[in-house]
Amino acid sequence: MTAVGRTDPPLIELVQVTKVYGSGAAAMHALRGIDITIEQGEFVAVMGPSGSGKSTTMNILGCLDTPTSGSYRFRGAEVGHLTRDERALLRRQYLGFVFQGYNLLSRTSAIENVELPLIYRREPASERHERARQALKAVGLIGWETHTPAELSGGQQQRVAIARALVTEPAVLLADEPTGNLDSARSREIMDLLTDLNRTRGITIIMITHEPDMAEYANRSIHFLDGLVESTVPGDGGR
Amino acid sequence: MLWNSFLLAFREIRRNVLRSFLTVLGIVIGVAAVIVMVFLGSGATIEVQRQIESLGSNLLIIRPGQRVGPAIISEARPFEVDDAVAIRDQIGGLVAVAPVSSQRMTAIVGNRNWATNVVGTENAYLTVRSWPLSAGREFSRTELSTGKAVCLVGATVQRELFGSSPPIGQRIRLNNIACQVIGLVEPKGQSSVGMDQDDIVIIPLRTIQRRVTGSQNISLIYATMRDSASTEEVKEAIATLLRERRRIAPWEQDDFMVTDLQEVSGLLTATTEILTALLGAVASVSLLVGGIGIMNIMLVSVTERTREIGIRLAIGAQEREVQTQFLVEAMVLSSLGGLIGIVLAIVSSLWLSQALKVPFVFDSGIVTLAFVFSAVVGVVFGYVPARRAAQLDPIEALRHE
Ligand SMILES: Nc1ncnc2c1ncn2[C@@H]1O[C@H](COP(=O)(O)OP(=O)(O)O)[C@@H](O)[C@H]1O
Ligand SMILES: [Mg+2]
Repeated sequence: MTAVGRTDPPLIELVQVTKVYGSGAAAMHALRGIDITIEQGEFVAVMGPSGSGKSTTMNILGCLDTPTSGSYRFRGAEVGHLTRDERALLRRQYLGFVFQGYNLLSRTSAIENVELPLIYRREPASERHERARQALKAVGLIGWETHTPAELSGGQQQRVAIARALVTEPAVLLADEPTGNLDSARSREIMDLLTDLNRTRGITIIMITHEPDMAEYANRSIHFLDGLVESTVPGDGGR
Repeated sequence: MLWNSFLLAFREIRRNVLRSFLTVLGIVIGVAAVIVMVFLGSGATIEVQRQIESLGSNLLIIRPGQRVGPAIISEARPFEVDDAVAIRDQIGGLVAVAPVSSQRMTAIVGNRNWATNVVGTENAYLTVRSWPLSAGREFSRTELSTGKAVCLVGATVQRELFGSSPPIGQRIRLNNIACQVIGLVEPKGQSSVGMDQDDIVIIPLRTIQRRVTGSQNISLIYATMRDSASTEEVKEAIATLLRERRRIAPWEQDDFMVTDLQEVSGLLTATTEILTALLGAVASVSLLVGGIGIMNIMLVSVTERTREIGIRLAIGAQEREVQTQFLVEAMVLSSLGGLIGIVLAIVSSLWLSQALKVPFVFDSGIVTLAFVFSAVVGVVFGYVPARRAAQLDPIEALRHE
């Protein structure tokens, strides 16, 4: 973890980031100054008790929110200086999201859900369709393209969500408790899928999880407590 | 991106056909109402003009009073029979002059009675109104000069009082006059302002003067000109004569009107056009209400779809893109409503114009205008909801529900 001799900046660099919700007496210090550096190709698990600031950190990393103070550099660029629309472009270009609640468009087929990010990237229809199919294939959902979320199981819905996240070939995949709603067998399938994406495609993965079992898939895990990084523990990663 | 927005909009509409239809119902009705009003109004205008032209363009109507407003005529001294006689004898270029004194009276035959329009006049009345007899004869010279109790009746009066029995030779009681029916005038139908012209009993002028009004007064004078005569010159000559007879000082205005049908036609056309515009304006208020309906549903839709908007924003949609999506959706919705409204309007105008016996006039201008307006309504009333959707905070939106 030494920066000696390197020329390009790390993929993600948080320096003394704080986040305060509200103001005055009602101010809620969700983050109290955290430093995190994540390199290209890492698989990082984020752990910690409820309310410790994991989701807040994830929102900042995902450029959905900005720090109250401190610096967040993504590929060396200061995210805090970007406008709302510029951050949207950054998400579109480099980031993929997977949520605990899947967050698929209801009454919309799996393939249309996966195509959605490509629509905003203005991909032509034929290309869009082909890439969405490839993404669904990668998550093992060939044959389920025309099914709507209501017609899919939880595990399948999460796989559609992962397909949607990886269809743009993002640099970083951010997952907030991706297995939180799944049983252990389904969870393991999702984790195998994520590990595979990390290994074969070099996609950096940052994943919030409550379960130590899931954290073991990562290269290292960052533990949060009360809005601070408590410790960083190397994981099995290559088990 | 715009094309994508259209795609998304159509998908959204298809997903919920019934709600979409209810959303645009206001627009449908508004557009249909505006178009129907304008179509029927134009039809009515044309019908009015057609009927007036059928009266003959050579007719002059001379009456006391001056027009002081669109439908208001000032009071003035009535004419007398001598005025009509003077016009007939002294003005060149006239074919016929008919003095008219009319009165609403109840006509009784046996146990049937009927309130009708009793017109006291001379045979020239039938000439000036190009109104031939369908049976019987005109008044004789003696009947006119002595004021005999004889009459000609219109088709409506005949139907109401005599049913199917032959009326000629029968008697009709008008107050204390027992008139003998000597002829029938041909059915003429409705006048341009919707009055039944066949609801009429015609009696000699002298008769109505002696036995009903008890004076020499007449209410108006009809005159027809020769085709070769100049309308302006004849009107001028009549006005000069009447000013003299009525002793109007040079600095005073006329207290009578000499109207030719061109003027009447223009006036009626203007009136129907004003009415059309008015009804159209009232109908466009419903378009506005329709727009508010769209705004309401779009606002609900934005709330319902908060999570969807959150997903789009997280995936990298920019504000403008989300806004465009909702704007296009509102516009597509209201344009579809406009199209349905246009179809509805054409169908119901075809039907109504038959029922009301006015010609069907297709005005492509108003159809285009109504369509464009419905699209504009969508954009205007879709703006606030679209703005609201675009400005949602992605994190909050994703947490919604
Ligand atoms: N939008 C918000 N407004 C106010 N407080 C918030 C908001 N979001 C999170 N918090 C608070 O910040 C703290 C950290 O929250 P969060 O990052 O969601 O924790 P975790 O994901 O680790 O459970 C919590 O105490 C939470 O109540
Ligand atoms: Mg959380």
